[in-house]
Amino acid sequence: MIDTLRLTAEDAQALLDRGEVSGAELRAAYLDAISERDGELRCFLRTVDETEGDGVPIALKDVISTKRVETTAGSKILAGYVPVFDSTVAARCKEADLQLLGKTNTDEFAMGSSTENSAFGPSRNPWDPTRVPGGSGGGSAAAVTAGLAPWALGSDTGGSIKQPSALCGNVGLRPTYGTVSRYGIVAFASSLDQVGPVAKTVRDVALLYSIIAGRDRNDSTTAELPEPVRLPEGESLAGVRIGVPTELTEADGIEPGVKDAVARAIELAEGLGAEVGECSLPRSVRYGLPCYYLIAPAEASSNLARYDGVRYGPRAAGESYQELVERTRDDGFGDEPKRRIMLGTYALSAGYYDAFYGQAQKVRTLIIQEHREAFERFDVLACPTSPTVAFPIGERAGDPLAMYASDLLTIPSCLAGLPGLSVPCGLSEGLPVGLQLIGPQFGENLLFRVGHALEQAIGFDTVPARWRHGVRPGSDPSGLTPRDSQ
Amino acid sequence: MAISRDEVLRVARLAWLALSEDEVDRLTGELDKILDAVGVVSELDLADVPPTSHPLDLVNVWDEDVPRASLPLQDALANAPEAENDLFRVPPWR
Repeated sequence: MIDTLRLTAEDAQALLDRGEVSGAELRAAYLDAISERDGELRCFLRTVDETEGDGVPIALKDVISTKRVETTAGSKILAGYVPVFDSTVAARCKEADLQLLGKTNTDEFAMGSSTENSAFGPSRNPWDPTRVPGGSGGGSAAAVTAGLAPWALGSDTGGSIKQPSALCGNVGLRPTYGTVSRYGIVAFASSLDQVGPVAKTVRDVALLYSIIAGRDRNDSTTAELPEPVRLPEGESLAGVRIGVPTELTEADGIEPGVKDAVARAIELAEGLGAEVGECSLPRSVRYGLPCYYLIAPAEASSNLARYDGVRYGPRAAGESYQELVERTRDDGFGDEPKRRIMLGTYALSAGYYDAFYGQAQKVRTLIIQEHREAFERFDVLACPTSPTVAFPIGERAGDPLAMYASDLLTIPSCLAGLPGLSVPCGLSEGLPVGLQLIGPQFGENLLFRVGHALEQAIGFDTVPARWRHGVRPGSDPSGLTPRDSQ
Repeated sequence: MAISRDEVLRVARLAWLALSEDEVDRLTGELDKILDAVGVVSELDLADVPPTSHPLDLVNVWDEDVPRASLPLQDALANAPEAENDLFRVPPWR
């Protein structure tokens, strides 16, 4: 009996290597878990019957093009679209013999923080199905926590990997901008979009990152990694300087339970030998969110111009070409993409360009400079990933600005093109809290080292309390099981 | 008001969106609030700061000049709502 709730990808690989299970048995175990639990959680938009690989199974967010497997980006305007080629990341997963389980739910065009913007309905948080799993990659994150896939790929523009991982209690990496190919990824905001892994452990995340990262001749915005990916092993943080940006730990709206869990994790880091100090990113926090909500919609308005009902996707009736395109777009896009297309088109239009888009691009330069200065004194920055734990479905759906604020703490480093790792660091009100570790450009190996050491020290149980066997309710309100007490 | 109803209609035309009357009303209110919030970027004096269009310092990316097969025509048309004579078919430009 394979316990998919606890099995890591690394362990699954070991079972395969030792011949204790076959690829087909492993696949069947995950498909069983999907039929048992995904009716409630709705992580998958579709599963696939046939697969090419025979190795560890994987789920891919539905913005990742998969040859012969429908890819909708959570939008009605791509319903029925079947890619005729594989994205580079899907191809690299196949080359590594990973077998595709299915495509996971996402906010439409990856625009959102809860999956409530998906045209196919929201996914639910495995810890509490009345709450959101975060977004946009809520389907991938919830699937990993619920044991419906050992690992998954997401995409992150302003927090769409890190924030769902925090809300679902697993590990998510947004890699350095340019390290993972976007060839075949449904584009949202091209100066920000990055594909990255979600898994139960930092080592699994590092392993999956090593499979997908590196230069791709089909994407000229990719760079070769300056050093190979190292799987983290040690638990010492001696010599690591950790900076805590005051604005990112004290911003309005950060819940006390989130602050406490993050503060405890930072104390643990000190205990492992890290030097901890305060730093400041004042303009990154005050202007990060406004800057992002000008740049990302502007780029989206350009990227989403391609959806015209001419080459793919459903088509609305029209007497003229113009009527056909305008109606197809009004019928096909949901509220959030329309809002962002309108906002972006406005910010790029004659008379407003300099005041909005041009100014935001200059603010972005300031944000990059502020982070660069912080990394002169520190190796890694640490703060909460999300200001809150998972919020109830429906709570923010009607208020775009409240939803946008979910990404307050993840956005600044995304604008700076820096890698960020979210690691679960405890519970607040019975729901997971994520610790965000931000590194310098190409600093993934250091993030893996710090994340792995903390993960061992924290001892977070990634299985949601309601599915643990033999655990007395309320016996461990912090969610932590430190090794010295076991 | 940061944006008027007429401006919303102008932007919708630029964005090729046939918005309904209700959508125009709702978006006018929403965009007004959002523009008000993002407008704080204008309080900074950034006359001497260069803009960033891309966070990775890559310039002039070269590749070997080796021909590769392009997408077969049949594949390019595979998802077309309407195709004829190896072309995408659309109604006339008005």
